[in-house]
Amino acid sequence: MSRIKELFQNKKNILSIYYTAGYPGLNDTINIAEALEQAGADLLEIGFPYSDPVADGPTIQASSKQSLDQGMTLKLLFEQLKDLRKRVSIPVLLMGYVNPVLQFGVENFCKACVEVGVDGCIVPDLPMVEYEELYQTVFEENGLSNIFLVTPQTSPERIRKIDGLTNGFVYLISTSATTGQQLQVSGNTEDYFSRIVDMKLNNPTMIGFGINSKETFDKACQYANGGIIGSAFVKALDPNDLNGSIKTFMQKFKQ
Amino acid sequence: MSYFVNDKGYYGDFGGAYIPEMLYPNVEELRQNYLKIIGDESFQQEFHQLLKDYVGRPSPLYLAKRLSEKYNANIFLKREDLNHTGAHKINNTIGQILLAERLGKKRIIAETGAGQHGVATATVCALRGLECVVYMGEIDIARQAPNVARMKMLGAKVVPATSGSKTLKDATNEAMRDWINNPVDTHYIIGSVVGPHPYPDMVAIFQSIISEETKKQLIEQTGNDQPDYVLACVGGGSNAMGMFFHFIEDEKVKLIAIEAGGKGVDTGFSAATTFLGKEGVLHGSRSILMQTEDGQVVEPHSVSAGLDYPGIGPQHAHLFKTGRAEYVSITDDEALQAGLLLTQMEGIIPAIESAHALAYLEKMTFTGKENVVVCLSGRGDKDMDTYMKYFNL
Repeated sequence: MSRIKELFQNKKNILSIYYTAGYPGLNDTINIAEALEQAGADLLEIGFPYSDPVADGPTIQASSKQSLDQGMTLKLLFEQLKDLRKRVSIPVLLMGYVNPVLQFGVENFCKACVEVGVDGCIVPDLPMVEYEELYQTVFEENGLSNIFLVTPQTSPERIRKIDGLTNGFVYLISTSATTGQQLQVSGNTEDYFSRIVDMKLNNPTMIGFGINSKETFDKACQYANGGIIGSAFVKALDPNDLNGSIKTFMQKFKQ
Repeated sequence: MSYFVNDKGYYGDFGGAYIPEMLYPNVEELRQNYLKIIGDESFQQEFHQLLKDYVGRPSPLYLAKRLSEKYNANIFLKREDLNHTGAHKINNTIGQILLAERLGKKRIIAETGAGQHGVATATVCALRGLECVVYMGEIDIARQAPNVARMKMLGAKVVPATSGSKTLKDATNEAMRDWINNPVDTHYIIGSVVGPHPYPDMVAIFQSIISEETKKQLIEQTGNDQPDYVLACVGGGSNAMGMFFHFIEDEKVKLIAIEAGGKGVDTGFSAATTFLGKEGVLHGSRSILMQTEDGQVVEPHSVSAGLDYPGIGPQHAHLFKTGRAEYVSITDDEALQAGLLLTQMEGIIPAIESAHALAYLEKMTFTGKENVVVCLSGRGDKDMDTYMKYFNL
């Protein structure tokens, strides 16, 4: 059974952490993964940086830029992840924009993911129709999960279609917004989450965007299998005390 | 072969809508409605009325006599520089504001490089009483102060893009982020034939008035609506697409697109996308763009802020790949010299963007009989600073 499937079968209130590869230090990528697992993360999303991240707010833009300036590339990332499975046992996704994947070659990308033990990816600007026509076969042949996003504006038909194409989880974006904004759980948001719960999707769900506190994480867990934290974690990373800052951050969510 | 968009939003290998799910409803709403709205009779009537009475169309097709003598061909200038606000950009913003109104949008956002599209957007927002926010790279704000002041005077809020390289591509990123954060009441007026489908097609349709008029004017002036050559500069490529549009299927007409070579294609300071770029995805469509081996977008250079863009629209990528249009490049120096030449021979100060197209005439040879149309996409008032510095005026 895949690592992702197993995780969702065996665990509730899943805590997933996003961070940018090559940040704060170029070679911190694998150390952060290891520290996160030790501090209690259930799932990791490692971002490969892109020069023009339109879905991201200031925090992830800045970490991406710093990482690129320090020399991060997809090729280097796969080298850094060479020993991933010797050091990390929780599921790992790669998250990033489509252009670097296209330049790396979609098939090469999938093969490289499998080789280092990455379980799937999230490519926010890869449209569903392109995925279906051009990439689905390659992804599935390599046993990789491709995670699609759903927003409060996504229609029920489209959510069904996404649910049908996904074989990991469905990523629910809390509000239509770029990353790094505070989640406001208003009546509208609760309606949206409840609507998804009522749809009884085949895949588990995770809520992301705007989750930055125990309170917002608990809210996410109320409606989904867990929550995803990105910007808040990236912001908390202290280059002078990487392990310490990771531990302190994670303790907030593990109480 | 079709040179136009197919029902999946593609031009051959290029186009599509590579957008995050957060933008899907906005873009989908537009995709489902744009042709219907544009085709509507009341839309057409209002659009053409405004183009006539407000923009001042049709813009003249001017036979530049002294230039024609110099180059030994009949050089016609399509005078988009005479439009209200000084460039072709307003053709598109008039079209999109009418469309936004019909979609019930209350708020308009736009990106701008040199400020021409920002001014054209702020203008139509003032005209229709809609809120307007223009994103502009911090560096461009500093080098295009008069246009920033114009936008502010027109009531627009100018927001500096401080991410990345702080120029046009980053202003576009910021506008997209704004649209993600304001998905319901906001329309994004993209200023060029770039972006996710249906933008490249929609902007091309609004700009196609340029070639529509040109054909009529050529008949009146020469008795023949088939010129031998049509020239236009390309950044994202909206004036070129408007200038080419009604000639594209007439393969006897040679189409030449002039890119900004900057300090020279091989110097590392260039915006000549077809020479330096590779296929990839930028700002929502698959096209040709300047990028590193790792797929990171490279910052271009051109003396002209309007051509300082690392990609070209997907339809241009298709015209390039199929060979239907020829893509060439002109350096900063060549463009500035051509700007001075037009000023002194015809009494017209062109935008440095348009001067790139004019400069290519130097590299062509004619027999005296050819009819050549050059799109004079904008006027040079905004570039006086650059001209003054370069020529010590």
